[in-house]
Amino acid sequence: MLSVTDLTVSAGPRTSPIGIVRGVSLGVDQGEILCLVGESGCGKSMTSLALMGLLPPGARVSGGSVELDGHDITHLAPHRRVRAGRGKLAMVFQEPMTSLNPVTRIGWQIEEAVRVHDPDANPTDRARELLEMVRIPDAANQLSAYPHELSGGMRQRVMIAIALACRPRVLIADEPTTALDVTIQRQVLGIIRELCDDLDMGVIFITHDLGVVAQIADRVAVMYAGRLVETGAVAPLFRAPLHPYTERLMACLPDPAARSKGFATIPGSAPRPGEIPDGCAFAPRCPRAQDVCRGGEVPVVRPEGGRRALCHFPLAEGETA
Amino acid sequence: MGRYVIGRIGAAAATLFAASIVIFSFIHLIPGDPVSVMLGDAATPEQVAALRERMGLDEPIWVQYLVWAGNALQGDLGRSIFFETPVTQVIADGAETSILLALITMIWIVLFGIPVGILAAIRQGTWIDQGLSGLAMLLASVPTFWVGLYLILIFAAGLGWFPSSGYPSIFEGGGLANLQYLLLPSIALAAPNAALILRLTRASMLDVSREDFVRTARAKGIRPSRVVLRHILRNALLAVVSAFGFTFAALISEAVVTETVFALPGIGRTVVQSILRRDYPVIQGVILVTVCLYLVINLLVDLSYRLLDPRVEL
Repeated sequence: MLSVTDLTVSAGPRTSPIGIVRGVSLGVDQGEILCLVGESGCGKSMTSLALMGLLPPGARVSGGSVELDGHDITHLAPHRRVRAGRGKLAMVFQEPMTSLNPVTRIGWQIEEAVRVHDPDANPTDRARELLEMVRIPDAANQLSAYPHELSGGMRQRVMIAIALACRPRVLIADEPTTALDVTIQRQVLGIIRELCDDLDMGVIFITHDLGVVAQIADRVAVMYAGRLVETGAVAPLFRAPLHPYTERLMACLPDPAARSKGFATIPGSAPRPGEIPDGCAFAPRCPRAQDVCRGGEVPVVRPEGGRRALCHFPLAEGETA
Repeated sequence: MGRYVIGRIGAAAATLFAASIVIFSFIHLIPGDPVSVMLGDAATPEQVAALRERMGLDEPIWVQYLVWAGNALQGDLGRSIFFETPVTQVIADGAETSILLALITMIWIVLFGIPVGILAAIRQGTWIDQGLSGLAMLLASVPTFWVGLYLILIFAAGLGWFPSSGYPSIFEGGGLANLQYLLLPSIALAAPNAALILRLTRASMLDVSREDFVRTARAKGIRPSRVVLRHILRNALLAVVSAFGFTFAALISEAVVTETVFALPGIGRTVVQSILRRDYPVIQGVILVTVCLYLVINLLVDLSYRLLDPRVEL
């Protein structure tokens, strides 16, 4: 349904651009949650903003394409997508505290999206219905609330309601639960899972939290330094990661049984855009790296089951990096 | 809401009280005897004694203050030494000119400063933005009297489109056509202030446009013009409105110069002439009225916050 091919996002001068997203290909189907995982600064958010046509000034899509139901929407801003009848992507942002307009009522903010995407609906009725869909109690009265009168979890639900008002085929959620308490996090994850199934929409869920991935994902794409280093269905990927980075990332999950061993970490830090080494970007931090990893193209490994990894020395099942 | 308003009025009253003490003591801060200073060297001892008696200067100072403040509260600001009429009358005579000048100036500031500030912001970094920002810098830098003199030179003396000086009341023949007398002065007075509002609107728009909720609005797929007006401008105005309190203060002091340059019979010119004539009751009266006006305007600005920003609890 949503198909991204070789997407490249660059910043800086056109003569010497800096690659932020470097050839990302992914697809999402109806009723499927794809989790995009990676450390801060790996290009997850830039990928999602590029999909939405909302890149900040200075960043641009310099290659590749984004197609929704066969229509190319790569270089269309959201309002142009609406005009072309292709406004079927919606997004929920990370910060519920700052992502709503502070001086207008939430009903107004939802109705604004309804009027654009559902011109025949009664905006107020539809807004109330959307608040009920994200399980906000007393929806009819909450329409007249201002954002500052709501808690973080409630605001994030309002954000989801606004996104749903766009009647999306694919919902992009950029770390929607990172700023929330764990219990609220659970509720919001539950709502997203349920809406994905009920409305049969695709979801791209961006997170750095593998615990969240385990709870919600159907498929996972692991991102490192602007590239997808590994993709696959959630269960096999968790059971037997192919890429050393994926394995190391999972080793960092706290394991109550192994508390005495202390916290696992990945030594070093992810390279910043513009400082990404040739060859495999993870090589400087990778315990398995050989000379061949430090230059040239990295081969794609494709074992059975739709899995894919970018690595010279992928891990066998049960092996650690 | 009610408690806030009462609290603010209380604070304004306290400010007014403090200001009134300063204004009152001002007459006693003049070196030497205020009466002989007011009357000049040629005054006879009888005149001095009569004025001392009239002004109550032989009473203890706190009694003098209470009498003065009590009279002021009842609308009696004393009598002008020069005109021999009540100070309130002198102020009222200049009020029409000054109020109309201030209103027309405010209209220019709003009509020019805000839309042009929006234009500069949405064209950020282009030659339009750079041109407008340069113009704003220029207007904010040149003194009001200079702008006034050049407007007179070009549009009054040169082209003859507008009268160069004076202002006949709109109530005494001529009607609203007399407002043309206020056109050049109001433009001169508006120029630096509109430039400040322009720069503030632009900066505030650019600040707000980087906020997360603007991205949310864009993601909805609404028209960019709607994003600018309903989301960015609506929030940017909060900062601009608060500046109008300061703008008003600037207008008061700059109006003194403008009214003098254009020979307008307003309060600003009255106060300048009263200073030259050492007509202290008039000076005191004008300052007191100005302080009251300033307090009221700032109270209104603060209350208008509530209308613009629901987060402000009153």
